Amino acid sequence: MIRSTHLPLLVTLLTFVLAYALCTAQYPAMFSTRVVANLLTDNAFLGIVAVGMTFVILSGGIDLSVGSVIAFTGVFLAVVLRDTSIHPLTAFAMVLVLTTAFGAAMGAVIHYLEMPPFIVTLAGMFFARGAAYVLSTDSVPIEHEFYDFLQSIYYKAPGGGRFRLIGAIMLLAFIAGALVLHRTKLGQNVYALGGGVATSRLMGVPLARTTVSIYAISGGLAGLSGIVFSLYTSAGYSLATVGVELDAIAAVVIGGTLLSGGYGFVAGTFFGILIMGLIQTYIVFDGTLSSWWTKIVIGALLFAFILLQKGLTWATTSRKRVRTGSATPS
Amino acid sequence: MPDDIRPLLHASGISKFFPGAVALDEVELKLLPGEVHALLGENGAGKSTLIKCLTGAYRRDGGKIELEGVEVDPASTNESQALGIGTVYQEVNLLPNMTVAENLFLGRQITRGGLLRRRAMNRAARDVLLDYGLDIDPAEPLTSYSVAVQQVIAIARAVEMSGKVLILDEPTASLDREEVQLVFSVIRKLKERGLAVVFITHFLDQVFEISDRATVLRNGQVVGERDLRKVSSNDIVTLMLGRQLEEKVQERKGGHAGEVLVEIEDLGKRGMVEPFNLTLHEGEVVGLAGLLGSGRTETANLVFGAVQGDQGKISKRGREIRINRPRDAITHRFALCPEDRKTEGIVGDLSVRDNIILALQARQGWIRPLPRARVNEIAEHYVRALDIRLASLDMPIRLLSGGNQQKALLARWLATQPDLLILDEPTRGIDVGAHAEIIALIERLREEGMALLVASSEMEELVAYSTRVVVLRDRRQVGELTGDQITPSNIIRAIAAEEPAKEATA
Repeated sequence: MIRSTHLPLLVTLLTFVLAYALCTAQYPAMFSTRVVANLLTDNAFLGIVAVGMTFVILSGGIDLSVGSVIAFTGVFLAVVLRDTSIHPLTAFAMVLVLTTAFGAAMGAVIHYLEMPPFIVTLAGMFFARGAAYVLSTDSVPIEHEFYDFLQSIYYKAPGGGRFRLIGAIMLLAFIAGALVLHRTKLGQNVYALGGGVATSRLMGVPLARTTVSIYAISGGLAGLSGIVFSLYTSAGYSLATVGVELDAIAAVVIGGTLLSGGYGFVAGTFFGILIMGLIQTYIVFDGTLSSWWTKIVIGALLFAFILLQKGLTWATTSRKRVRTGSATPS
Repeated sequence: MPDDIRPLLHASGISKFFPGAVALDEVELKLLPGEVHALLGENGAGKSTLIKCLTGAYRRDGGKIELEGVEVDPASTNESQALGIGTVYQEVNLLPNMTVAENLFLGRQITRGGLLRRRAMNRAARDVLLDYGLDIDPAEPLTSYSVAVQQVIAIARAVEMSGKVLILDEPTASLDREEVQLVFSVIRKLKERGLAVVFITHFLDQVFEISDRATVLRNGQVVGERDLRKVSSNDIVTLMLGRQLEEKVQERKGGHAGEVLVEIEDLGKRGMVEPFNLTLHEGEVVGLAGLLGSGRTETANLVFGAVQGDQGKISKRGREIRINRPRDAITHRFALCPEDRKTEGIVGDLSVRDNIILALQARQGWIRPLPRARVNEIAEHYVRALDIRLASLDMPIRLLSGGNQQKALLARWLATQPDLLILDEPTRGIDVGAHAEIIALIERLREEGMALLVASSEMEELVAYSTRVVVLRDRRQVGELTGDQITPSNIIRAIAAEEPAKEATA
């Protein structure tokens, strides 16, 4: 049964199918495992961070720090692997603990000091970017046989598409994210927070624990995204991934999640990412369009989705009264 | 006899102090199993403070709470809920973005291996709600259902989680007549199950319809516990409103009203105030009396355009005028001092001078600022005329006492030289001295020929300055008293829906 809350998700899905159909109509070559595999590989880091952003936005918050955290993670890994003999897996664990703790700290500030998430994570954004600069201002290449090994893992699909490890990591992040959000108590509490903080408190939702968890998840996923990004680029650079937090927010909103929180699905974000990737791929295929058209199309899409949500909100509130009939006092 | 039954909940000697005020003074509340107990009192009587002390939202400063004979001390709403005391508030406190079942089970979900079992919860929710007379699909979003249904779901949640005492804080305030019956049918069922239900409302007829007993609070003290089968609504209203009901014959200095200033015809707004007619003369004070929620404030706001009516017209000096917004009203020289001084009146961080000049400057438009000298002149004039006590005109207005803030607000509107001054609870929360001064000021303005419309819950006060009193009940005008008819007991009778005494007892 289709409910109004599922409608934005459906619209996103339809948009993707329609857009892909239009693209293949023009460039039949776009309908290939190669393109699909590249879509997943090229957007892996963005997808992972967007999963965390979905948690944050659903709870009615925002996390502006993730782009900087990705850059910090990359530089941290590059510097550690260059200057020490620590194994990459240990370095991964270290950086994940670090970024998760960083997110948790921001969540704690937001909850206990009652600060707006916008300001706290803005400060976090500058802080993480600054920390990356302190480690190194240059682009530090990563040369490690373990990295070569990870990069060499792929599944070659018929048609020549290479599905790489980082794409699989993104898919796993989406599945895990969906499971937590839609099937656990923590997920319910995230939605509750997005529905109203005061009400949640009265209903007994553990606000502190939930808020800290949400930002810890976002921070941790930003760390994971940083690891994936370093695998993708084989380098760490403190100037990388500027503005990725905004791309992630865009993907979440195009995915049908209400920016003010409470409504949305992880699956929507996945298709949001795919739509954004698809636009980029189309522009590459076209060859004559400036890559800035990506931004223009994403801008237009965002606007369309915000209008759609407004319309849906309006439609659901106006039919409230009509449904009274289904209740029968006895 | 109720005395033979052991109370389910017995709160005794409950006290709560706020800085500079006693909110609750040794309050006792006894709830019997299987009864609906109304908690009554005017605004500020301490009803909600008492509830908050019972549910642990406030720490009480004295007294003890016994639940089924065992002393309990809830420190938070969660704790009191676990003990068995559930609360449902006026605003539906459920989450609009979640489904009915999710709302019902939030915090106590059915899980297996850490994962939610949605289908099991939907089934369980359906069964639970059937007990409450709701045959609805719990997998639907909460907002698919009407406010009344949502309110019943909130009650179901509270009862399922607590199950001994249910506190209903104005659960019917935003419901219409049939919807109220839906909620009442649920309350009756809970009563049969042996729960003790506390029912708070401003609708007296609802109190008598559903409640067995009532505890009446006034100024933080219990003024009576009554068996509602044995008393009339008149008794209850008298208890609520207070002590001195001796008839004081008011010296009325000339009810000589001047010419008709404002005529209101069929002004109303659906769900807020039913259409009413009102004529205001120059040199006349019309009082608006009624219990809280009877439509006093709403009437005032409607006349001022703070709320836009959906029908009716207003004419001033015989010419029809259009008032859609407060700005229109100000242009026509109307003024309104709102009920909630802190949020709708003062701009706390601005200086007293700026606050006084605000309305006048707003009417002038921002392009034509008042000259500094003129501003000072006006501000100083009113500070002197109204005897506003302050250290300097530059101090932020929030530092003034309540009475002085109120006088500064009056000054703001007097500076615009209004023809019609609307006052909503002009004496709420101010000390006795300032109280008398404001009443004297109202008298003076009337003598100067201004028309005043004053909404107040203080009977004596209305009697003191009104030349006419319009009585409201359930958002409707139900009576008008003039001249010698204006006595506290007549007002109370009109509120309690009895015929006003033909002759005022002198």
